[in-house]
Amino acid sequence: MRPPAVDVAGLDVTRGNRPVLSGLDLKIQAATVTGLLGPSGCGKTTLMRSIVGVQRIDSGRVTVLGAPAGSARLRSRVAYMPQAPAVYLDLSVRENLHYFARLAGVGQARVAEVMATVGMAPRRDQLVGSLSGGEHARTSLAAALLGDPALLVLDEPTVGLDPVLRAELWGAFHALAAEGTTLLVSSHVMDEAAECDALLLMREGRILADTTPAVLRRRTGEADLGRAFLSVIQTPA
Amino acid sequence: MSPRRALFTAERVLQQIRHDRRTIALLLIVPAGLLVLLRYVLDSRPQVFQAVGAPLCGLFPFVVMFLITSIAMLRERTTGTLERLMTLPLSKLDLLAGYALAFGTLAAAQAVVVCTVGFAVLGLDAAHGVWLVALLAVGNAVLGMALGLFVSAFARSEFQAVQFMPALILPQLLLSGLFIARDQMAPALESVSRALPFTYAYDALARATGAPPLGGELTVDVAVIALATVAALALGAATLRRRTA
Repeated sequence: MRPPAVDVAGLDVTRGNRPVLSGLDLKIQAATVTGLLGPSGCGKTTLMRSIVGVQRIDSGRVTVLGAPAGSARLRSRVAYMPQAPAVYLDLSVRENLHYFARLAGVGQARVAEVMATVGMAPRRDQLVGSLSGGEHARTSLAAALLGDPALLVLDEPTVGLDPVLRAELWGAFHALAAEGTTLLVSSHVMDEAAECDALLLMREGRILADTTPAVLRRRTGEADLGRAFLSVIQTPA
Repeated sequence: MSPRRALFTAERVLQQIRHDRRTIALLLIVPAGLLVLLRYVLDSRPQVFQAVGAPLCGLFPFVVMFLITSIAMLRERTTGTLERLMTLPLSKLDLLAGYALAFGTLAAAQAVVVCTVGFAVLGLDAAHGVWLVALLAVGNAVLGMALGLFVSAFARSEFQAVQFMPALILPQLLLSGLFIARDQMAPALESVSRALPFTYAYDALARATGAPPLGGELTVDVAVIALATVAALALGAATLRRRTA
């Protein structure tokens, strides 16, 4: 078995005076799509930021692709799509991707590829600020895909997208995983959980379950993953 | 540090401004327009217009770049693009150098317009050459940019960021000696003015546009401007954190 792509041990994070993550342990297997699910405010974004290395942590160890999270040599191997549409609203889709591609050191052919992947090619010359929320998210996702990263950390990448596009993107995620990319995808939409190879269910800064869709269904006796999640989350810890 | 990444960043910043035609127009026209206004306000006092208007040509870019940079950097912080940049192979120095290049270029354009209007049209006198005024204007603009970058870390909203102009720049303008000689101020204020970077920006311009021969003092002024710029950039770099709470 390959070493895990992400290995988190005893991670503690406090923001303000509030503990957000407490003593978190988890491993994410390489070349899989792992879903990170939980109610809003449970610490999903903080965990993702810790893995990418932009979160100040109190204690614990976060190892990504064999190196401490946030190391300089990981910057070309790990890509992050934050929840905020972290793209320039006063640039066109193409200009945004052009800039991020140059920083990532990839060619302009790649810009055209990722625009096609997220279905933004027809809007390439529009200013991002004039586009819809879903289109912001797609542009931001395209920017994360640019550098062909070994680990992709995507914070709610499918928010505000129509079902057809959402299905296409999940197809793209699995294609990437099949080529060896590891994906960590957060979502609060339970029907997306079924798309994941592995599931991390979070509540109040802890991992409630590190499982797979099939195991979760069996354990809870619920065919519907939304109900299964509710039954796990409502069980007193 | 990678000069190429700094250039890519400068190009991106200029591209953002290029999409905003009105900002470009305001950048280029407003300082020249204010200078024309001042010329006719001081219609009966041509010596005062020379004493105030000539240095002003090189001070406008300082004020404007301070404002624009603090807003631009605040946007990078609040929209998440700074966080994204911090996960990419881009050093903080590349980012700062990119900003300095982009806003330095804009400042040069602004300086050319305002100096043309001031010295060629309104008849102001640049005793030691217009090129010296223009060069000082660009240097001052980079200082203003560096200060704007630094203070943007202390603003949580654009409302706060614009207030930093009257809070931090206007007092420096009043104390610089532009309106009244520093030795005629209350002694305490004169001492304070000596510690403010804007004072040296004004002083250099007053020497460049004044009749007396340029002495070693201009070198001192320029050195202080350069040091203050480096210090502000270092402080600005310290506020760009890869890891945040």
